[in-house]
Amino acid sequence: MSSLVVAHTRYLMIEQIRVPIGLLASALFPSLSMVVFVVPMAGDHAQAATMASASMMFFGATSGALIGLSIAVAMEREQPWNPYLRTLPAGPFPRFTGRMVSTLAVMLASVVPVLLVAALLTEATITPLRLLAGLGALVVCGIPFMLMGLFLGYVLTSKAVVAVSQLLFFPLAILGGLLLPPAHLPDFIAVVSPYTPTRGAAELLWAVTAGTSPDVVSVVMLAVWTVVAAVAAGWAYRRDEGRRFS
Amino acid sequence: MTVIARAAEITRRYGDALALDRVTLDIRAGEIVGLLGPNGAGKSTLINLFVGLRRPTSGTVTLFGGSPQDPAMRRRIGMTPQETGLPETLRVGEIIDFVSAHFPEPCDKDELLARFGLSDLIKRQVGGLSGGQKRRLAVALAFTGNPELVFLDEPTTGLDVESRRSLWDGIASFHEEGGTVLVTSHYIEEIEALARRVVVVGHGRVLADDTMESVRGIVGVRRVSFTADLPDPEGLPGVLGAERAGDGRISLVTTDPDRLVVELVTGGTPFTGLEIKPTTLEEAFLAITSKEAAHV
Repeated sequence: MSSLVVAHTRYLMIEQIRVPIGLLASALFPSLSMVVFVVPMAGDHAQAATMASASMMFFGATSGALIGLSIAVAMEREQPWNPYLRTLPAGPFPRFTGRMVSTLAVMLASVVPVLLVAALLTEATITPLRLLAGLGALVVCGIPFMLMGLFLGYVLTSKAVVAVSQLLFFPLAILGGLLLPPAHLPDFIAVVSPYTPTRGAAELLWAVTAGTSPDVVSVVMLAVWTVVAAVAAGWAYRRDEGRRFS
Repeated sequence: MTVIARAAEITRRYGDALALDRVTLDIRAGEIVGLLGPNGAGKSTLINLFVGLRRPTSGTVTLFGGSPQDPAMRRRIGMTPQETGLPETLRVGEIIDFVSAHFPEPCDKDELLARFGLSDLIKRQVGGLSGGQKRRLAVALAFTGNPELVFLDEPTTGLDVESRRSLWDGIASFHEEGGTVLVTSHYIEEIEALARRVVVVGHGRVLADDTMESVRGIVGVRRVSFTADLPDPEGLPGVLGAERAGDGRISLVTTDPDRLVVELVTGGTPFTGLEIKPTTLEEAFLAITSKEAAHV
């Protein structure tokens, strides 16, 4: 069984690496934002720079999880290769796991350029232990966004998903305070901000990396979002199965 | 011979459309079964049921005595993917490795590549292969897991004569080693080259399940057309189907054009513009289908 997981993961990773544009896309925007906004504005202030770096890393990682995964799933559903895979002697588990592991790899890879900019060009500081904890938090907080990506990928066509996933992700990133710290958010955004999944994730990341105290409502809301996204993804998967393979 | 795959009284609907209508078919170990029929006849639906992609609306499908939904049963089968959907970025060797990983005793990779003329292409990305090369790779994937039973859906569509021949040889040698094959095709030549048993499907029904020779006889129908004032052309002997065009031209489909013309002449009705043409496979199928409908 585990050798099948390896085979599927390897195959999906090769696809990712041979078409590296998806990887670049999720790493490029956050590292550019780092250079253009974070370095001149918060680069000299250790805690602000650390928090901004964490936000940018999470921004890149979740765009990979939400946008990248939803497009990959929607496109795969449209390929005749997909029904062929179902005729091979394996259940959905190896494929699903392979999909998750390769998305995680993209998420972690997209973090690297931001980390380099933060280390070389800003006063952001972090201990190795906090960095490790931060990466752990990044992976855990990425789960609801992967589930949202799966939901969109199984519900929409690949054409629709390109637009919808971005329409969903960018407002979420702004509302959650990833691009502009919560203190600088306009009032009407600050009201909804704690209820977005991005804010809960950001609160946790800031707490782990920069030692702030997290907002409880946001963290609880993140847990609620995770459950909702898991149910929605499961429903979308079964609905798609029933449509195409019953 | 042991039956290794069986469809018993299966009906499959897609919404209101009836794709298969109470079809019963046994596949026995060691035979090559040719599945012949026009597009939309139900060939692909039948294969999808055998490989576990779909479930019948009613009736049962068994594979090696078990359910096609059970991966353990599917370890003993092989199938061709559609070559248009092969993952473009992977290399030929990588795809074979990936598919091999699913089976307990896969084929030797080099031997498989050589058998399908792919040895030189092992390092090539699939996106860069020609249509014919992709087709050969797709067929090779059906044999990758050392299966007992392979499903080949239109295996040589789009291949040149030489590749088609070598593919047929490959299938024949698999059969000689005891393998079982279900092959579908539009082309009667392809089925003729491979199969001894032919199953003709149309409108979701099995129209004929017989030896190649007898099906060949049914399929060898001709279209006879002429202009005449004939009240009842369907009544002529051996007529499978009749059509009358607006200008009074009558078109008849028959298995025995010689006898039909003799009848026409001795009948004394004047006619003009007599033409006898071979029918396409499609027309022949339609003739069988309408005859079938007439019996019911």
